[in-house]
Amino acid sequence: MNHIVCIAYVPDTETKIRIAAGGVSIDEADVKWIVSPYDEYALEGALQMKEAKGGTVTALTFGPARADTGLRECLARGADDAIRIASEGLGEVDSLGVARLLAGAIKALPHDVVWMGNKGVGTDAQVLVPMLAELLDLPHVNLVTKLEWKDGAVLAYREIEGAREIVEMPLPGVIGATKGLNEPRYASLKGIMAAKKKAIAVKTPADAGVDPVTVAGEAAHVRWTKLELPPARQAVKLVPGDDPAKAATELLRLLRDEAKVL
Amino acid sequence: MANVLVFIEQRDGKLRKSSLEALSLGYSLSRKISGTLGAVVAGSGISSLSSELAAYGAAKVFVADRPELALFSSEGYTAALDAAASAFKPSIVLVSATAMGLDVAARFAARRGVGVLSDVMTLDVENGRLAGERPVYSGKARVLVTAAPSAGIQVATPRPNVFPASRSDTPGAGEVVNLDLPALKIRAKVVKVEAAEAGEIDVAEADKIVSGGRGIKGPESWPMLRALCHELGAALGASRAAVDAGWIGHEHQVGQTGKVVSPSLYIACGVSGAIQHLAGMGSSKVIVAINKDPEAPIFKVATYGIVGDLFQIVPALTEAAKKLKA
Repeated sequence: MNHIVCIAYVPDTETKIRIAAGGVSIDEADVKWIVSPYDEYALEGALQMKEAKGGTVTALTFGPARADTGLRECLARGADDAIRIASEGLGEVDSLGVARLLAGAIKALPHDVVWMGNKGVGTDAQVLVPMLAELLDLPHVNLVTKLEWKDGAVLAYREIEGAREIVEMPLPGVIGATKGLNEPRYASLKGIMAAKKKAIAVKTPADAGVDPVTVAGEAAHVRWTKLELPPARQAVKLVPGDDPAKAATELLRLLRDEAKVL
Repeated sequence: MANVLVFIEQRDGKLRKSSLEALSLGYSLSRKISGTLGAVVAGSGISSLSSELAAYGAAKVFVADRPELALFSSEGYTAALDAAASAFKPSIVLVSATAMGLDVAARFAARRGVGVLSDVMTLDVENGRLAGERPVYSGKARVLVTAAPSAGIQVATPRPNVFPASRSDTPGAGEVVNLDLPALKIRAKVVKVEAAEAGEIDVAEADKIVSGGRGIKGPESWPMLRALCHELGAALGASRAAVDAGWIGHEHQVGQTGKVVSPSLYIACGVSGAIQHLAGMGSSKVIVAINKDPEAPIFKVATYGIVGDLFQIVPALTEAAKKLKA
């Protein structure tokens, strides 16, 4: 089976976010970048399937040159190939634009399973998995926490609000992975050495069959117009904790009478 | 015509509260643009839902009632939304940002070649264009996103539990339009739904959350926290440390690699407040921190704090809450 894993290269979850001058993007100085944790579950899922049943794993991203480091991490963990659709010079591209670029690249590759995390931890739009499936005319299951493989199909357990859905999906299809699916591996030293020798294919939007003017800048349907840090919260009001019963009564009084949330 | 169409989620014939929130929001937007409010609902044996939707202001209710739509299907439900949009010609489409809603909204948007204002916590319309704020970088920043003038149909997915659900002052006509769907192409099929344990509220939908972190010391402390949840009608949350230690399932995790939540009350018990956790719950209206370490970062975002032994304070809170109700 041929697996395509789409990854996002995003600020480390430990990173403190600062707003850049201009107020519509983050200050990238001092930001450490990582493969989005959810995409790591997707990669691990693909690698486990390849080990069990054979096939290939291709890591794919849309981004600037720094994302090559993320692709190399995927190669080090066991991906066979890596492709980056270059974002340099394009300007703002919204989720639909990214989905169209990824779908364009995927159409040119043999694919049985397309994988992705259910969301990034960057722009967090949570719409790429269904968008990609729609553009590729494939079925999809999102928020997958467990998989059982069948002949030509997959049984996917997905987390929804207050319940779990078990979905049977014929392949080819798109899987949106989330936490719980597996424990992502670390790259081995051997893997890291081997990854250094592998080439990353850098493609233009045109290579992916997409005219950049149809997805970027003025063509983006959803625009970032202002980026801000969350408003600062008021200083904490401390309730003395030495007498638990008193503390509990006083806290509930505050929650009911002052904050009015009870 | 400036119509607003809202996709309504039902499970087992019951309307989801998050969809009624979206419908209420749709009603106020439709008033603002002098348009008509429509609702679309898919399922099997669901025609009785239309009067409730009318009470929230829906002038038209598009119904896709088919046996094969009894359980959720992203392809089937998207076909219903698409058919309703073709009939109603909305300029705005709203779908609550739930697991189901995001599937349907994103597929619909891709089919129509438009974007999505996703997971917005505010939403307004100016000069016919939607604009709303949403959390990015897992809540560490918030961005104002705006639909471009060229955008065609504007699709937005309001975050559950943020917008109020209220019946409109003047009910809509609720005229039922049965959708005549083309042959459905349903490939991914739900074969089974396993409900969560009875009485459990999902953290993503909860108005109140009681959450435990490393400080609760082990899974044997959950009954103590659950007792408080029960008294307050709260959902049980957990920090990444508690989930990664294997004390509880990931569905309870709040934070950057868990769920990003915005309840009216969040009580953090023995949660130190790692940056990822704060990102995931920082937009809660009121935050209570109970921790023995006065230096714990959770106190920096807390509205109220108790420095003390949670193993004494949590049971005392449960008792006091019982008395409050009595």
